[in-house]
Amino acid sequence: MAIWFARSRNLVSSLRHNLCLSSTILVKRDYSPRPVFTTSQLSSTVFLSPYVASLRHESTAAEKQLDVVQHSDDQEDALQELDFPGGNVGYTSEMKFIPESSSRRIPCYRVLDEDGRIIPDSDYFPVSEKLAVRMYEQMATLQVMDHIFYEAQRQGRISFYLTSLGEEAINIASAAALSPEDVVLPQYREPGVLLWRGFTLEEFANQCFGNKDDYGKGRQMPIHYGSNRHNYFTISSPIATQLPQAAGVGYSLKMEKKNACAVTFIGDGGTSEGDFHAGLNFAAVLEAPVMFICRNNGWAISTHTSEQFRSDGIVVKGQAYGIRSIRVDGNDALAVYSAVRSAREMAVTEQRPVLIEAMTYRVGHHSTSDDSTKYRAADEIQHWKMSRNPVNRFKKWVEDNGWWSEEDESELRSNTRKQLLQAIQAAEKCDKQPLKELFNDVYDVKPKNLEEQELGLKELVERQPQDYPSGFHV
Amino acid sequence: MAALLGRSCRKLGFLSSGHGARRSVSTETGKSLNLYSAINQALHIALDSDPRSFVFGEDVGFGGVFRCTTGLAERFGKNRVFNTPLCEQGIVGFGIGLAAMGNRAIVEIQFADYIYPAFDQIVNEAAKFRYRSGNQFNCGGLTIRAPYGAVGHGGHYHSQSPEAFFCHVPGIKVVIPRSPREAKGLLLSCIRDPNPVVFFEPKWLYRQAVEEVPEHDYMIPLSEAEVIREGNDITLVGWGAQLTIMEQACLEAEKEGISCELIDLKTLLPWDKETVEASVKKTGRLLISHEAPITGGFGAEISATILERCFLKLEAPVSRICGLDTPFPLVFEPFYMPTKNKILDAIKTTVNY
Repeated sequence: MAIWFARSRNLVSSLRHNLCLSSTILVKRDYSPRPVFTTSQLSSTVFLSPYVASLRHESTAAEKQLDVVQHSDDQEDALQELDFPGGNVGYTSEMKFIPESSSRRIPCYRVLDEDGRIIPDSDYFPVSEKLAVRMYEQMATLQVMDHIFYEAQRQGRISFYLTSLGEEAINIASAAALSPEDVVLPQYREPGVLLWRGFTLEEFANQCFGNKDDYGKGRQMPIHYGSNRHNYFTISSPIATQLPQAAGVGYSLKMEKKNACAVTFIGDGGTSEGDFHAGLNFAAVLEAPVMFICRNNGWAISTHTSEQFRSDGIVVKGQAYGIRSIRVDGNDALAVYSAVRSAREMAVTEQRPVLIEAMTYRVGHHSTSDDSTKYRAADEIQHWKMSRNPVNRFKKWVEDNGWWSEEDESELRSNTRKQLLQAIQAAEKCDKQPLKELFNDVYDVKPKNLEEQELGLKELVERQPQDYPSGFHV
Repeated sequence: MAALLGRSCRKLGFLSSGHGARRSVSTETGKSLNLYSAINQALHIALDSDPRSFVFGEDVGFGGVFRCTTGLAERFGKNRVFNTPLCEQGIVGFGIGLAAMGNRAIVEIQFADYIYPAFDQIVNEAAKFRYRSGNQFNCGGLTIRAPYGAVGHGGHYHSQSPEAFFCHVPGIKVVIPRSPREAKGLLLSCIRDPNPVVFFEPKWLYRQAVEEVPEHDYMIPLSEAEVIREGNDITLVGWGAQLTIMEQACLEAEKEGISCELIDLKTLLPWDKETVEASVKKTGRLLISHEAPITGGFGAEISATILERCFLKLEAPVSRICGLDTPFPLVFEPFYMPTKNKILDAIKTTVNY
């Protein structure tokens, strides 16, 4: 990393010039009216020039270090460069290690304060009443859905569930900022993206019950949703495996010249997996339009982020791969919306990956198999659940605009609750999958060994039905 | 070294495959090609016939460390034939993503010995992609090619035969060609098969094996074993480079009046049980040979299956002549390998049981 910062002023200015070219492309696009963005702020010179709001705020830590080194460039030896493979680097006779951390953490982009009021002079894409109301409704629906399905598991009606409580803004606002053609590769705490795209409460329930109408055909645990109609890849339990796959998906979209990008999610824990490194590196090197969204919610089951990495979170890792990155307040729906929308534009128009670290808090337990009070303070959970709740925060803003009332609220919550209870009842009563679905789709065509095993099992089930659960038509 | 001497016969020609019933390709003439050229041809045809196909992996751009990808980048462009960073889990993961979008992703792992970082992507992702999604998604366009097997001086990390690990994974296919002509047809089948396939190429044969390979586009079916030599006294089953060794043993056994039937399994998963079963019901004896260590090797699966199906027809226990249960050694390779004479001894023991 020492090499990064030992650039001469000449290199810096020439790079600034090169990167400014993309800002002229951005200007020509017809964006919806934005109160605060100007051309120079849209320039993609994120990590070399002061980041967007720096005209009003302090420069980023990276910028600070650049300044420090530029002082040493005042000495003449900055003009001499060494031409190693990988490009010219200036050299310095001063032996200086880059510190393990910056003096200041990368700041978090936010638009709404905790009381749901827009911070003056914020950069953001304005959101219409229609969009805002829809976003709020979906965030509240997600909350209700999570509570009711969680309870259903507690009652033994479904075998497993995990909630996205506390992360409703990330789920819904990111989905709202995408186009339906963007291909989503989730981790598992992003059902809100699928909800936004039109997956019904009945469809969610069917997967959780693994009934005849489950598109996954009852093969996986609850919450492992997938829908090709909604461009939402089927969830798999292994962590981070979707990241290099997203790079391949993005590459395909680029080759097809589609106006779309791959969008993939990961938690703070997942960034420790090798597939995180693989995914980001491939997306960067192969120039794939991929948006990596990291939900840094503080916990990977019982492992706090202090036990996960020693870096300043995830955002600083982007630059290590040559990827533009931003840290955003994940509990601020407007900030998430704006960041994702900007990132999407960059990914698609510049055919490059972008990294978003969304700071948030996992209010719920890891899953129904977890009791998080065993490893974290109950009042910490309460604090984030009550005073730092993203749904309430956005609600305040929507209400303040006169777009939402308490009547709307109680109507939405009771209707959604009713719908969910009905959906669960229906899903529970629904027929099970036929037994043949145990053997289909292992390959495109059933091979001989599976044909034999199917025949064998059918015979066995007919002979000894008491050994097997009922309702699976042979 | 014995291994070198044993293998020198390969330069003279190749296993005749004229015995098979429906082998139209085997009787066609073509150009004399070695294995890496045949594979190269298959890749050229694959990329030519499907504009949505891609070849990538470490060093494939300049032609690859074994020259299998020569000329592809120049012909089809760097967007479709490209180097990747050195990261097998990334290569396969990226390939799965491409395949999931309907493309053919033909991925190269530089040596089968290095495939393990990608094992999670192969087993937990590729193999289950269709099944877990209820057939809403699939990565059938994925083909993973990797050189495998002994090369005379490869040691632990340039000689491995890891096929057994993959044969235990429902959802993928495992294919191993024995010769240039077979490799071209089988590889094209793998690429076009709507399931993710792992294709192990016997690196020893890249230059050593030379055969007439038809120049046109042809495919050899998967999951169909081939009787490449007919006989009555004992059935031998193998795949890849080992078949040449086995054929030499068969020739010598014949001099001693033992008639050997030799079967090339070609596809190990899903494997053609019927052909092997029919043969063993005829001969009453089975010998399996593979380079991979004997314990837990794929020979055990074949042995167990044939035992179930042919028990009363067996005249002797199923014999397995395989690598030793050690990491693949360097100076000890000639001792480790399942040689012609080890096989010949076992043929005689089995016949005289």
